Amino acid sequence: MGVSRGSSLRRGAAAVTCLAVLGAGCASDTPQNTLNAQGPFSQTLNDLIRPVFVLAAVVFVFVEGLIVFAVVRFRRRTEDDRPEQIHGSTKFELAWTIIPALLLVFVGVLTVSKIFYLDRQFKDSMQVEVIGHQWWWEYNYKDAKGATVVAAANELHIPVGRKVQLNLTSADVIHNFWPPKLAGKVYAIPGRRNHMTIQADKADFYYGECAEFCGLSHANMRLRVVAQPQADFDRWMQANSATTPAATYPIVAAADQATASEEAKGATLFLQKGCSGCHAVNGVSRGAVGPNLTYFNSRATFAGAIFANDNDNLRSWLRDPPAEKPGSLMPKLNLSEAEITSLTAYLRTLGDPALRGAPIPAGLAAGPPQP
Amino acid sequence: MTSVLETPVVLPDDPRPIASGALRRPVRTDGFWSWITSVDHKRVGIMYGVTAMTFFVIGGFEALLIRLQLAAPNGRILDANAYNQVFTMHGTTMVFLVVMPLGAAFMNYLIPLQVGARDVAFPRLNALSYWTFLFGGLFLYSSVFLGGMPNGGWFGYAPNTSIVFSPGHNIDFWIGGLLITGIASTVGAVNLIVTCLNLRAPGMGLFRMPVFTWMSLVTQFLLLFALPVITIALFLLMFDRNFGANFFNPANGGDPVLWQHLFWLFGHPEVYIMIMPAFGIVSEVIPVFSRKPIFGYKVMVFSGIAIGFMGWGVWVHHMFAAGLGPVSVTAFSISTMFIAVPTGVKIFNWIGTMWKGSLWFTSALMFAIGEVAMFTIGGLSGVTHSVSPHDRQQTDTYYVVAHFHYVLFGGAVFGIFAGIYFWYPKVFGQLLDEKLGKIHFWLFFIGFNLTFGPHHILGLQGMPRRIYTYPTGTGWDFWNMMSTIGSFIIAAGLLVFFANVRKTDRRHKRDHLTVEADPWDARSLEWSIPSPAPAYNFIEAPEVHAVDDWWHRKYTEDEDGRMLRLDGFDKVKAGAEVRLKPGQSVHLPSPSYYPIIAAASLFLAMYGVVYGRSAGANYVITGLGVLLLVCTLIAWGLEPPTEPHDALADPDADRLLGLTPAGPAQGELGRGDSAEEQPALAGGPKAGPSSKGEAG
Repeated sequence: MGVSRGSSLRRGAAAVTCLAVLGAGCASDTPQNTLNAQGPFSQTLNDLIRPVFVLAAVVFVFVEGLIVFAVVRFRRRTEDDRPEQIHGSTKFELAWTIIPALLLVFVGVLTVSKIFYLDRQFKDSMQVEVIGHQWWWEYNYKDAKGATVVAAANELHIPVGRKVQLNLTSADVIHNFWPPKLAGKVYAIPGRRNHMTIQADKADFYYGECAEFCGLSHANMRLRVVAQPQADFDRWMQANSATTPAATYPIVAAADQATASEEAKGATLFLQKGCSGCHAVNGVSRGAVGPNLTYFNSRATFAGAIFANDNDNLRSWLRDPPAEKPGSLMPKLNLSEAEITSLTAYLRTLGDPALRGAPIPAGLAAGPPQP
Repeated sequence: MTSVLETPVVLPDDPRPIASGALRRPVRTDGFWSWITSVDHKRVGIMYGVTAMTFFVIGGFEALLIRLQLAAPNGRILDANAYNQVFTMHGTTMVFLVVMPLGAAFMNYLIPLQVGARDVAFPRLNALSYWTFLFGGLFLYSSVFLGGMPNGGWFGYAPNTSIVFSPGHNIDFWIGGLLITGIASTVGAVNLIVTCLNLRAPGMGLFRMPVFTWMSLVTQFLLLFALPVITIALFLLMFDRNFGANFFNPANGGDPVLWQHLFWLFGHPEVYIMIMPAFGIVSEVIPVFSRKPIFGYKVMVFSGIAIGFMGWGVWVHHMFAAGLGPVSVTAFSISTMFIAVPTGVKIFNWIGTMWKGSLWFTSALMFAIGEVAMFTIGGLSGVTHSVSPHDRQQTDTYYVVAHFHYVLFGGAVFGIFAGIYFWYPKVFGQLLDEKLGKIHFWLFFIGFNLTFGPHHILGLQGMPRRIYTYPTGTGWDFWNMMSTIGSFIIAAGLLVFFANVRKTDRRHKRDHLTVEADPWDARSLEWSIPSPAPAYNFIEAPEVHAVDDWWHRKYTEDEDGRMLRLDGFDKVKAGAEVRLKPGQSVHLPSPSYYPIIAAASLFLAMYGVVYGRSAGANYVITGLGVLLLVCTLIAWGLEPPTEPHDALADPDADRLLGLTPAGPAQGELGRGDSAEEQPALAGGPKAGPSSKGEAG
């Protein structure tokens, strides 16, 4: 008897957990599944919520069970039913005030300790400044003195197993940095600096996006976290140094168009068409409106991590950015096809494609729908 | 407490016309103009309801567009710009133009009836509330033709709504429309609070008020204190946009987070403003159809009051990701958890009311039980939000969309439809078709759960809110498709409801059907008067001896505590059918042109504000609007309290009988009295109605 009751209890508990899990939808893994924690900080959140989900499921079954029971059991038999006129019961009302309150004390105690834990700033963590822009992410890796050693965009490279403190702010409106498998989200607010700590336990690619409505292309502000073994990460850091100048090319005069290389022509266009006004290339330009392009070719994606960094996508982008991504601050430059070829060739010289890691899945890199 | 009902005004026999010319009050009681000028709380309530239902159709249409766009990845129904407008207007419409005014419809119609009053305390202000609401809604939607609808989300976070990031007039229309509708709610709140506190019938102590009236009173206090907060926030935003005030501009020392505090300090009480009337409705419907009193009347009332207070201390749970520091997050996590206690008490008390009852499954009861069951789910997901560390995963995702739709659709809208089926016979004198009502319920119930249940899963799978598209490969396809299918089932349910209204109307007119005063064998005072409720409500002020006074006139409890018909049951029920006889008169508040003119002047003034930003000369329009408003208010103040003809309940009957019209109640009220006129009862609890026939 005792055994069977134990097992039926276990079965009941298992059923309740199943329900919670089903409701939570973690049956299949999806790129941004919050319940598939891949680091200690997201795991902390899930360890916290699991008992709350189970508790909620139990309360749900209990309350809805009572309702269903009442609906079935107390339906009117005849029009002359004369039910007892119960006006209330202090005993019961106290019970359903105190018992839920006690359950909530339990939830509250669990919660409060984690609030303070998650707010900690760990001394040994790596520091990255994250700046939200309409509609892309800027990442500035800082050294101990606070100087930027690497300036990256959209794809955040981090070493596996290391705490990385993200210090968030925004250049324009409020954004919300969210890599669901690694952490919850925190606002990037202009004029303020928020912080969050993330850590990935295994080398992988983690997808996320801006979670606060930030204007026209809010849906097109995605991100990818590339977690690498320390050695690979160090190599990436070195290859993306903010102090190393990019290759330079002599200005190609109109007379030399026929003989000059595409790369050189592209470099010239980069300066002449105004690209350099918005985009920095180390040693070439200091534009700060758009992403730093010094290592553009080492990134797997561009324009808010919504396009795979291939020549087709890049050519379409250069042809008409606002058509590719609504509201893009990069205007249509009315470039000729030949100019696009030259610029593409030049951009391909910026950075080492071997550092890209795995390509982004085709679906996630297809860009927004075209009308 | 001095109440008009305790000092009944008896009409003087000598009719003295007291005004003429521009300040004459309109007298017609039928036709189009009678609705335009009506100050009858019941007509105002009906206009609120019909207008809000119209906006419900518009907001629902926007919801269908959203669901079509998101049914599959890379949707092409709407582009980014159109989607952002549609989702902004869906939220803004459903909150400000549907759920709030539907609540207002019930409160306007029912509070005076439930407390046994002739009308609300300030009938003309009541009409002003309605017209400002309507004009505010029209103002918002006029943006469709004037450059595009608001597109900053219903929450309008700064600095995205600043002139730098939203240079068009979209946001200006949002600010203007909400400022105008805010006046409607503030004015209405003052009016209904005074009505509840001052116009209760003799014997109706506060703790004899029906639970619906109690929840309405709590709602009105929330409105009274919450609306100034959003009004201030909107004014600051308007000054930022029109005059470079920099309240929310971080580049010049402003703070965008200030907007969030102001918005949610309004926004969270707003949630209770929307749900509380539905709590009240359910608390009326369940006892009637369970044939039992509400379980724990006082606990129901006090839990509502507790929610009203606690609702002010939870707003930061909308901002757990904003970086406000662990101490404030802790405080607001705990307050958010514990607001679940009084809410849970209500749920258990509703179940307690059904327990051992005799449940009569009308459409009204099904919607009410649906409300309890669905709100429970919204309440439980609300508790998971209070676990603030994990809320950083939930916030800004579809999990939150699921939560608040379970609260506001599963809770408020289901409750409101319970109320519609329940009070429809009292309001329109027609009984809605029960079979179609049940089809409506099941379509809503299934469609609702299919639409919003999957949003829990989508949110936990990492789908953020307010995205106009999502790529393939996210794993969100299936549940989004289910949700879209569900939304069309809801739409079908709404169509069934409208078909029901139409069919019911035709059947009643064809067969000349009437509805008895008390078709549900109900409990509160509004069922003691004929259906539809006559213009004068009660012939005599009812005298109240208990909670559920009407029930106690019909039933008592035997020694086992079971309900027992009183000897005079049939006589009491027949008494509910008694109407004013032709020639008998009751003084009613006179209609007025000024409420609609005042509302229209605000409407005009606000266009000047919107376009003043592009050219200063346009502020002249604002000036004209304000001038019109001032003139209107002066005329309003000088308007005579009454005109001779309107003192008749049935002027046609009187004319047919060849009787002279009744005189104004001007002697009691005083002409030019700056206070709003008081609705007066002819005949106190003991006195009979004053009869024009005898007087003439």
